[in-house]
Amino acid sequence: MAHFLFGPFLDNEFLRQSLYAGILVSAICAVAGTFVVLRGLAFAGDALAHGVVPGVAAAMLFGFSGVLGAAIGAGVMMSGVSVVTRRYRLSGDTAIGLLFVGMLALGVIIQSRSRSFAGDLTNILFGEVLGVSKSDLVWQFIALVAVCAIAWFCRRPFLLLSVDDGLTETSGFSVKKYHNIMLAMVALTVVASFQTVGTLLVLGLLIAPAATGALFARRIGTMMVVAAVVGIFSTYVGLLVSYHANVAAGASIVFCSVLVFTACAVVVEVQRWQAHRKDIHHDHDQPHMHGHVHVS
Amino acid sequence: MSARIEATGLAVGYGHRPIVEGLNFSLQPGELLVLIGTNGSGKSTLLKTLAGLVTAQKGNVNVLGAEPGTQHSLVGYLPQHPVSSHTLPLRVEDVVAMGRFAHLGLTRRARAEDHRIVQESMERTGAIAYKSRPLRDLSGGQQQRTHLAQVLARRADVLLLDEPTAGLDLLGRQAVAELVAQERARGVAVVMATHELSDADTADMVMLLAQRVVAQGSPTTALTDAALRECFGFTQPH
Repeated sequence: MAHFLFGPFLDNEFLRQSLYAGILVSAICAVAGTFVVLRGLAFAGDALAHGVVPGVAAAMLFGFSGVLGAAIGAGVMMSGVSVVTRRYRLSGDTAIGLLFVGMLALGVIIQSRSRSFAGDLTNILFGEVLGVSKSDLVWQFIALVAVCAIAWFCRRPFLLLSVDDGLTETSGFSVKKYHNIMLAMVALTVVASFQTVGTLLVLGLLIAPAATGALFARRIGTMMVVAAVVGIFSTYVGLLVSYHANVAAGASIVFCSVLVFTACAVVVEVQRWQAHRKDIHHDHDQPHMHGHVHVS
Repeated sequence: MSARIEATGLAVGYGHRPIVEGLNFSLQPGELLVLIGTNGSGKSTLLKTLAGLVTAQKGNVNVLGAEPGTQHSLVGYLPQHPVSSHTLPLRVEDVVAMGRFAHLGLTRRARAEDHRIVQESMERTGAIAYKSRPLRDLSGGQQQRTHLAQVLARRADVLLLDEPTAGLDLLGRQAVAELVAQERARGVAVVMATHELSDADTADMVMLLAQRVVAQGSPTTALTDAALRECFGFTQPH
């Protein structure tokens, strides 16, 4: 049993490397994903993830750094959303939707010029978690430090943005400025994560662990810690399943994180149902309590 | 003593469409202005304009001698429906502590004085009783008390309250009236929008709005049967 659980990681250097990458990506996604969930930026996050596709495709075609290409793609996506929303008075999700499909289509067009079109596109969309290099790990660690620094420095405006734009503005923090900084943090997360889980699946690690944290946590910090634990657990189990069952690693990791959320949501529902039943019994046992005036 | 709020020929609204025009009033320290009117009459838009969230369309307005929205740490604003997201993992004391952010800015550490103010604000509204509970688990009335405590924690010179008694029972409404009286005694100027005519009993000035100023003055001069009939279409029992 022990060999089944730990053997693959002890015996294979490439799998250990993948686990380290998964842990780093889980930690980055836990921090950024918490604010994505609280501010309701899932669609924007998805669009940013797809916005990097043409940049990465161009990098593959012309032979420059994939990370640089992804960063350029994310930058274009963010600027585009900002311009379309401001100049044409379209709602945020319309602007995001337009650029989302536009950038994805551009990415596929650029990639179609490549000889290994299908293979490269699969790598961009689903990642290459088993092909992570040491330099990738260094870059991901730097991204983790940067994302944590942004989240710490902007913790007050980010918290206010998670509650209400009006409260943010009347507290002296510019909604536009800190919303854009938050988007930049999400973009950095996507750029740092796409090589591991791919642009299509990075949203899963951004959303599922943070949403699991939101089910239990009473504080933002706790939500981030729960999200990181769920992400790291999903990475471990996902890689293990991938190794033993010979299935796609990135997809296994993300699917596992969604399963963890589903299981936790069921547990929370059962707890609520039990608490509700307890309240009903309590009311039946102590009927005099009905006479009390509830001062809310 | 200089006026806390001054408005002359003020028009408020969204885009190019004014909702209310020709607003003229001045509020001194410790004074209470109560805004009464139907839904869509311009009460909330006027409060948002004073908070700096909506730009004035015409006329002049200043809050604490400056443009609205520039004196963040000295103006407290309670919106009509404060957000209480189901996913938000925030305890009551964390929500109230957010009221100090305007003073703390981006980097200043909260000091003992900030913690004392947060604690005191929760005690004043009764939110202290459930300070460690998550906001999402509370009733509407408890959430409203929490948001009130957050506004009080700002220690502002001007309070802009949009329906602060919404969702509160009789005791809760009396508690809000007491809080407003305490703040006024401290020299705070208060502008409060409400649907409850009884909230205007202690006001220095009442403004009856129906997309225009129907009546303005002391409670006895503004809340006449004729003005109420014109505003609401019928006379409300007072």
